[in-house]
Amino acid sequence: MKYVDEYRDGGLARKLAATISREANTGRTYNIMEFCGGHTHAIFRYGVQDLMPENVRFVHGPGCPVCVLPIGRIDNAIELAEKHGAIVCSYGDMMRVPASERRSLIKAKAEGADIRMVYSIRDALKIARETPDREVVFFAIGFETTTPPTAVAIKEARAARLKNFSIFCNHVLTPAAVAHILSSPEVKDHRTVAIDGFLGPSHVSSVIGSRPYEAAARDFQRPVVIAGFEPLDVMQATLMVIRQLNEGRYEVENEYFRVVTRDGNRKAQALVAEVLELRETFEWRGLGEVPLSALRIRDAYAEFDAEERFSIATRKVKDAKSCECPSILRGAKRPTDCKLFGRTCTPENPIGSCMVSSEGACAAYWTYGRFRFGTEGRALDRAKEAVQ
Amino acid sequence: MCLALPAEVVSIDRANDTAIVTLGPVKKEISIALLDDLAPGDFVLVHVGFALHKLSPEEAERTLALIRQSGEDPLEEFAA
Repeated sequence: MKYVDEYRDGGLARKLAATISREANTGRTYNIMEFCGGHTHAIFRYGVQDLMPENVRFVHGPGCPVCVLPIGRIDNAIELAEKHGAIVCSYGDMMRVPASERRSLIKAKAEGADIRMVYSIRDALKIARETPDREVVFFAIGFETTTPPTAVAIKEARAARLKNFSIFCNHVLTPAAVAHILSSPEVKDHRTVAIDGFLGPSHVSSVIGSRPYEAAARDFQRPVVIAGFEPLDVMQATLMVIRQLNEGRYEVENEYFRVVTRDGNRKAQALVAEVLELRETFEWRGLGEVPLSALRIRDAYAEFDAEERFSIATRKVKDAKSCECPSILRGAKRPTDCKLFGRTCTPENPIGSCMVSSEGACAAYWTYGRFRFGTEGRALDRAKEAVQ
Repeated sequence: MCLALPAEVVSIDRANDTAIVTLGPVKKEISIALLDDLAPGDFVLVHVGFALHKLSPEEAERTLALIRQSGEDPLEEFAA
């Protein structure tokens, strides 16, 4: 595929790895948080971590919207289908995420709730047009990449005077999460979680641009390098972070400039600002309440807000006992530190969200990395025993 | 969730803000409501049925050149 394959060249990757090994100062470690699950998967799928010298470590961030959504919001979505009889449309990633009482959207669907998996919010609009006698709710999740499509759909629904379409809005914001992680005591005191720099989001940045990270880089003195999702992009950006740290710089740099500009997509930003506004606070799994980190629908478009239409009450639900998803999302623990990993929690039978999503750190470890470390090997043995 | 793939624009329908794009052997109708100034032959990043941003072929080439440059070993060249 054009503009994809050439960024997966193994020969070039080995040369880049040699440069990184030469330049990574052996007198220190480089702890680099890749914010996005897309990067986590590139790192594991292509073995990027194995190409790095020992003192260059990737810390996996919370950039997986499915993983950070609190359980109570999934319960709410199930309730919309079961209690209010709505057709609930959702992106596929959400379907198997565990809700309360070991339920999920897909289990609710199997039990008769009308929950439909769609590729695009445009499909949900189509369903609303074709079934005017039913309420259709779109379960909107995602970072700044999926937010503009939601804004466009709300405007289209108004233009088409759709009365049976609404949005259950769970859109969250990347820069707020980065700042929250950096100001947490775990990171600030550099005691339990060491983060020296960031690989910044690829496609989120195509929308918001590179400018929104500038405050965090400056205030927290951490380099941020925006990186594409292909393995050579990840490695080149890693080299750029290492160079900044070696030179004592902490700037926002952009490796993914074939798509990302400093200003981003202004048309998309304007559409989002017209339809959505900041929430004072929003709960993230793993991070807790994060101020100004999510969006809700503006009053002017309240008729399309499922939370208003169906009076949805926020529910606080505790995570599964022993599930380390919250610590893994903060970068405080690795999937292999979790007692459940590979034992009771596998992609076939997930306990935590990080094992479900194709962007979750646990799913990446399980799919590509479980033979790599002793602990994973043991986890696999245990899983095999369990199967036998 | 944030995954997006580069696809080539084949035709544009501005009245409906849609375009037909090809992605390898796959043809698909997507929304171009988020982008102005689009022409057939352009490459766009497609995410959940929407074109998010244009991809610059020149910058894509320049990225590869930079990566190749990063992969060079100055000592090796010196030795040669």
